[in-house]
Amino acid sequence: MTAIQLDRLDIAYGETQVVHGIDLAIAEGESFALVGESGSGKSTILRAIAGLAPDWRGGISVLGRSRRHGVDRAVARQVQMVFQDPYGSLHPRKTIDAALSEPLAIHGIGNRGERVEAMLAAVGLDRRFRFRFPHQLSGGQRQRVAIARALMLEPKILLLDEPTSALDVSVQAEILNLLKRLRREQGLTYLLVTHNLPVVSFLCDRLAVMRHGRIVEVADVARLKAQALTDPYSQELLAATLGG
Amino acid sequence: MTPPLLAVENLRVSFPTHAGRVEVVKGISFTLGRERLGIVGESGSGKSMTGRSILKLVRKPGLVTADRLAFDGIDILSRSEKQMRAIRGARISMVMQDPKFSLNPVMTVGEQIAEALVTHQKLGRTAVRRRLLDMLEAVRIDDPERVAGLYPHEVSGGMGQRIMIAMMLIPEPELLIADEPTSALDVSVQRQVLDIIDELVRDKGMGLMLISHDLNLVSHYCDRILVMNAGSVVEECAAGQLSAARHPYTRGLLAAMPTIDEARAELPVLDRSQWAGT
Repeated sequence: MTAIQLDRLDIAYGETQVVHGIDLAIAEGESFALVGESGSGKSTILRAIAGLAPDWRGGISVLGRSRRHGVDRAVARQVQMVFQDPYGSLHPRKTIDAALSEPLAIHGIGNRGERVEAMLAAVGLDRRFRFRFPHQLSGGQRQRVAIARALMLEPKILLLDEPTSALDVSVQAEILNLLKRLRREQGLTYLLVTHNLPVVSFLCDRLAVMRHGRIVEVADVARLKAQALTDPYSQELLAATLGG
Repeated sequence: MTPPLLAVENLRVSFPTHAGRVEVVKGISFTLGRERLGIVGESGSGKSMTGRSILKLVRKPGLVTADRLAFDGIDILSRSEKQMRAIRGARISMVMQDPKFSLNPVMTVGEQIAEALVTHQKLGRTAVRRRLLDMLEAVRIDDPERVAGLYPHEVSGGMGQRIMIAMMLIPEPELLIADEPTSALDVSVQRQVLDIIDELVRDKGMGLMLISHDLNLVSHYCDRILVMNAGSVVEECAAGQLSAARHPYTRGLLAAMPTIDEARAELPVLDRSQWAGT
């Protein structure tokens, strides 16, 4: 079954159209990456699927059901998003416990205390972090909380927007390992946005290279590892990564 | 032998906290000639504070001490603020991380770059204009006449950083400190910006201190690398010999980075308890 299906998707912010006619099908259980430079529209696609960029035309369906424009609770249960900057994505005046309980309260799910504790354990955080505030945590710990918050509703799909680019390399390794383990344990589907090709190589099965709001190439990760991407722009990206 | 451009001995930077003073740089020593030195470390390793203390930019209540901190024979620590202003920009300049926060939003790009020049040199208007356009061309801006009239919000991040570099290099300093000059930029633009810095540093025979958390990047653009952890230099090596690094911290950092042909099921993570005592 396809986890995410995009049909001729156009997305605009006001007058400016930033994504043009995207067709994409991501299978359930797959880990798929969108790569490209800033402004290529890759994050915008995630935002449209999550409902944060409501000005789109075409089709978005999640696990076989079409997404409506605006707030869609059924989709929210299935799809959650993790943002780039863990310093900006957690409410500074809410404790970790409050941040993790909120999605449960919105969806009327009980047994919150236990679920919060179980989720903290799943992302590798000690229970003493439960009643702390975000400013008392390091960047890596905060990103673990952001991932925990996304997983509270037990979604099937995670949208990951540059989940490690604000972190140090050693902390990045910890978060990448965590994401890989969670995917294996919970059978998640990932749609990852990044400009870091080695991260794609570690975490993903397939990738799409984007430029100016269009997909220029879709390839298997084996082709990336063999450095055999065919589109000239993909080769440019590859060269930039290897040379730097 | 000529004395080095910069000599640092036993540099310490500390900040007061409720539990007494905390040292963020714990007695590091190095020298820098007209070469390219890279300083690598994670957040909180003290690498940026090292760069800032050379320009005397560590504000109170931060405290900088050193047995010796000399630039071209001048003792930096005993200089007054006024005397420092003759050094900052003119002889040592610094490229900061994010062009969005380092450019003045209400001045045009051309005015800002020209200001950096006329603060330190007396020049006629036509000469300033010519130097400005030459400099913009040197940082590979295609249409310097047009770009000089733009405001910072009208340029992209990569162009903003090239403008910063132009501003820092126009007074022709002898030492350039680049603190994470590309971490706010895209991979595709990163190399372009570093190539420009590299080319100008070589052409003008300047010293370069490149501060970054990216080991690969630093080893590509520098001659020598200092690896910092928790305020101390744990390893010093030639850039080409990075793969032969000995210290467990350096080895850990290298191993933690995924590669383009990644085959490992799990990435090794640093065991921080191992050298927490340092």
